[in-house]
Amino acid sequence: MSTPAVELVALTKSFGDVTAVDGVDLTIRDGEFFSMLGPSGSGKTTVLRMIAGFEQPTSGTVRLAGQDVTGRPPFARDVNTVFQDYALFPHMDVLANVEYGLRVKKVPRAERRERAMAALESVQLAGYAGRRPTQLSGGQRQRVALARALVNRPRVLLLDEPLGALDLKLRRAMQLELKDIQRDVGITFVFVTHDQEEALTMSDRIAVFRDGRIEQVAAPADLYESPASPFVAGFVGTSNLLEGEAARSLVGRAGTFSIRPEKIHLGDEVHDGDATAPGVVHDVVYLGSVNHYLVRLDAGPTLTVLRQNLRGTTDEAMALRGQRVTVGWAPEHVIELGADQQLQKEES
Amino acid sequence: MTFSGPTRALLRLFTALVLLFVYAPLALVVLNSFNTSRTFEWPPPGLTTRWWSAALESDGARNAIVVSLEVALIATAIALVLGTMAALALQRFRFFGRDTVSLLIILPIALPGVVTGIALANAFLTMFGIQLGMLTLVVSHATFCIVTVFNNAIARLRRLGGNLEEASMDLGAGTFRTFWSVTLPMMRSALLAGGLLSFALSFDEIIVTTFTAGQGIQTLPIWIYQNLFRPNQAPVVNVVAAALIVLSVVPIWISQKLAGTDESVAAAR
Repeated sequence: MSTPAVELVALTKSFGDVTAVDGVDLTIRDGEFFSMLGPSGSGKTTVLRMIAGFEQPTSGTVRLAGQDVTGRPPFARDVNTVFQDYALFPHMDVLANVEYGLRVKKVPRAERRERAMAALESVQLAGYAGRRPTQLSGGQRQRVALARALVNRPRVLLLDEPLGALDLKLRRAMQLELKDIQRDVGITFVFVTHDQEEALTMSDRIAVFRDGRIEQVAAPADLYESPASPFVAGFVGTSNLLEGEAARSLVGRAGTFSIRPEKIHLGDEVHDGDATAPGVVHDVVYLGSVNHYLVRLDAGPTLTVLRQNLRGTTDEAMALRGQRVTVGWAPEHVIELGADQQLQKEES
Repeated sequence: MTFSGPTRALLRLFTALVLLFVYAPLALVVLNSFNTSRTFEWPPPGLTTRWWSAALESDGARNAIVVSLEVALIATAIALVLGTMAALALQRFRFFGRDTVSLLIILPIALPGVVTGIALANAFLTMFGIQLGMLTLVVSHATFCIVTVFNNAIARLRRLGGNLEEASMDLGAGTFRTFWSVTLPMMRSALLAGGLLSFALSFDEIIVTTFTAGQGIQTLPIWIYQNLFRPNQAPVVNVVAAALIVLSVVPIWISQKLAGTDESVAAAR
């Protein structure tokens, strides 16, 4: 296997009394689309800033392509960043923004111009070279920021929640576009986000952050189907947790278990061989193509059940509210989770 | 916001009164510079350009203007360099005693001119053994000029944050290159505003100047002060004042124009 693009060894960062990043070990492969996912304050952005060189780690090592760069300033690292608020230079036009990195590196004028225009073309903004950043929409600024970083052909591209400021439709389109661009240029992307759907859509692998530590590193499907902890199960997708007495009566043994809402069947959809449990529909949440049914089981916990609106009317679905139902699930869809001391403590 | 009819009329009246109060005396100065009467009789018995030609030929007035311009320009230049550097240091780095240093830089503008004047004159004469003259005058003016530049610069830096500078370094630019290509252009309009204000402060300063200029040097305010009550010179002084009114419109107009098209302001919004 080739040298990893990024290696973090026992990386720690404290701001005064607060430990933002607490002993992170991480290996990001060359050419991979890697996401760092976590709630705000989980340390993912601080890790990104330490890879870029904006923050110095309190302890630990940052290696880029096998080289220790821990003490190096940002301008001596072969990485580029797409900032959350884009950080385009407002006093330069779009072309000058994109050319900036090449001008600093003293690339000859003709080559500079050619590469900058090519980069602008790749993000479909060739016609906007003479505009000022203030004259562009949010989505266009985002593309300029991307072109400005990619034109330098860095070994690693760091993206700090670059889609956060865009509306939902544009964000979806940009997610697919980013993935395409990454596949074309073959550069390692390290993508920071708090949006689990975004991470699942684009990433080859995802690291889930929590309180400055990594909970789990896995491919999207593995993360969703076999979360390592209740936190991961809850943060990536919706999760129904069964623990304690409820776990013993519903699963048949002690432990902490999770069942995804789409794996639970309702009423006449329960198959033979499914584990079943009776309960009352506490609420129905209409979400357009699907409905969420909140079923309070006689055994204690309330489960979220997801059902597609394939048949029947919305009125019929809503009429289930307050009705007694039976829910069921295939035993193989019950995921056993590792112990999660902290979450249990918080809940008790 | 919307106002009722009477409120609007009242606001208009107040605005007109305030503007009249400010500008009528200034208009009078300009009018009097053409007044044939030596004692500024009202209404003027006649109009003449005699005082304007007398003023042009007055060596005292000409020298005083040149000295004042020199002092204001040099003091402003010093203030721009030192004020910008101080603002950068205080905004970008955290160190022990940062707030104290910040206070000490701003303090001279609040100190009474008399105190600053006496203190500086004493220090120059006794501690450093320098004769009062152009050098001491410029240095003294720079102490309060720095404040206006510093205040403008640090306000802009606070609003900008460090984001653009990080982007520049991320793209491979070192510290100096980043300052030159990103930080300085973003500060330009703030520095211009600070510089203009500092120039104006220095140009009409009279108290500190009295203490630190020594005998041989006469700035314009001092020349005006000394000549206003001489019957022969009064009309000439009036002409100089009228000319200054017209001249001071220019930098204000420039700064207004620049502020309107300033991208760094638009971006920080």
